[in-house]
Amino acid sequence: MSTATGTTTPVSLSVRDVHLAFGANRVLRGASLDVGRGGTACVIGPSGSGKSTLLRTINRLIEPDRGDVLLDGRSVLGDDPDALRQRIGMVFQQFNLFPHMTVLRNITLALRRLKRLGEDEAAQVARAQLERVGLAGKADARPAHLSGGQQQRVAIARALALQPQVMLFDEATSALDPELVKGVLGIMAELSAGGMTMVVVTHEMGFAREVADTVAFMDGGVVLESGEPAAIFERPQHPRLRRFLSEVL
Amino acid sequence: MDPLSTLWETFFDWDSMRAALPEMLTVGLPNTLILAISAALLGSLLGMLLAVAGISRTRWLRWPARVYTDVFRGLPAAATILLIGVGLAPLGMQVWGPNPYPLGILALSLIASAYIGEIFRAGIQSVEAAQLEGARALGFSWGEAMRLVIIPQGVRRVLPAWVNQLIALIKDSSLVYFLGLVASQRELFRIGQDHAATTGNESALLLAGLFYLTLTVPLTHAVNWIDRRLRQGRPATAAEDDDALALAGQNALPGDAAARASTGRDER
Repeated sequence: MSTATGTTTPVSLSVRDVHLAFGANRVLRGASLDVGRGGTACVIGPSGSGKSTLLRTINRLIEPDRGDVLLDGRSVLGDDPDALRQRIGMVFQQFNLFPHMTVLRNITLALRRLKRLGEDEAAQVARAQLERVGLAGKADARPAHLSGGQQQRVAIARALALQPQVMLFDEATSALDPELVKGVLGIMAELSAGGMTMVVVTHEMGFAREVADTVAFMDGGVVLESGEPAAIFERPQHPRLRRFLSEVL
Repeated sequence: MDPLSTLWETFFDWDSMRAALPEMLTVGLPNTLILAISAALLGSLLGMLLAVAGISRTRWLRWPARVYTDVFRGLPAAATILLIGVGLAPLGMQVWGPNPYPLGILALSLIASAYIGEIFRAGIQSVEAAQLEGARALGFSWGEAMRLVIIPQGVRRVLPAWVNQLIALIKDSSLVYFLGLVASQRELFRIGQDHAATTGNESALLLAGLFYLTLTVPLTHAVNWIDRRLRQGRPATAAEDDDALALAGQNALPGDAAARASTGRDER
């Protein structure tokens, strides 16, 4: 079933008490997060707090040691991870586009190989997504010939083309020049308004305040405080959150 | 006779060259090309398998690949060709009959694969881990991600080194003469050598040398051309308006100071 955003029906997402250690380094120490159907959660916190790692346990790019990840209340840890990742789109800080392929082929590759679409159909889907992110004219360009903002929009189009039920953004605008940030955040805000379930790791406090339904503050591998943006930004409870906000705002 | 004209007659005796030319063109050149091209194809295929085994997480793939590479890269080519050609001759006799030619191709391929495997491995390992992560995040399996995304990029980066190896292979193909080929199987060098032995004049060998240069010099220029194309095609130099962004990207990588600096921009 399609929604206004052209994606499948949104699902709810729960991360429950997720633990992960790399050797002696305990990166996640019982992190939990809840995002309702079509909701947007922004995860904020200092560097090294485990935000990006938490995001990667959701689509199982990293397998947690303990804890659970649920979509619509059902654990995904027993699912085939490759199939799961087709349902959960991800956008990276450094875009991770494939430089040896055109923009169009970056998008059609997964459509053809994983969704088994024909060449024409895949190209049609890809062009529709490129139009959606305002890059219809760049289909035949190589990623290297695009600006950072344009590359990130292609990366978003590439993820959306697979019609994910959840979108994960890992500091999607951190590598961009300030004047290019706005365009990418605009697309993310549109996606959020269209009812996509999203988890956004970000340093953009303005975006978190205006777009998120939930803001989660992470430090030391746990979500120390979460709530509506107004509560987090206007009435922070935890001393570490207060200190963090005083440093970044 | 003065030394200069002796030298001239030893190497530039046109009659000797003319006598050797038809055989070089009809027998030597095709055989050199068959040996080099077959070994290039088989060597590249084996090399790719070695490269993938060499970066495998399974030690039962990694270690044999390592040992193979060390052995075949460490032995002189002539020794390997003799070892394979003579050592496997009884086996070859059952498969191909009394014909050392396929064993020559096999030996050349095994040597080439050790070098090409290392070239491919270096290329594959030079591809950023983020590319694998990007492909896996789309739902590709490890194998698909390697085949569709990582290996094509890695191989592209080492094309110049790979072509260099093909040049070495063309030259090494001359070593199969050790195996005692029949007249119709002789490659360029052997024909030159045979003519030199019968006439006592080295000009036919020089002609063989010219044939090798005709094959290898265009390839060396092709290497340079490929190298230039690859360098000019790099993202950092090709970006239209994004040179500064690469720097911005570096600064925004995780790291306390950088992260805090980037939190300054929360305007939408």
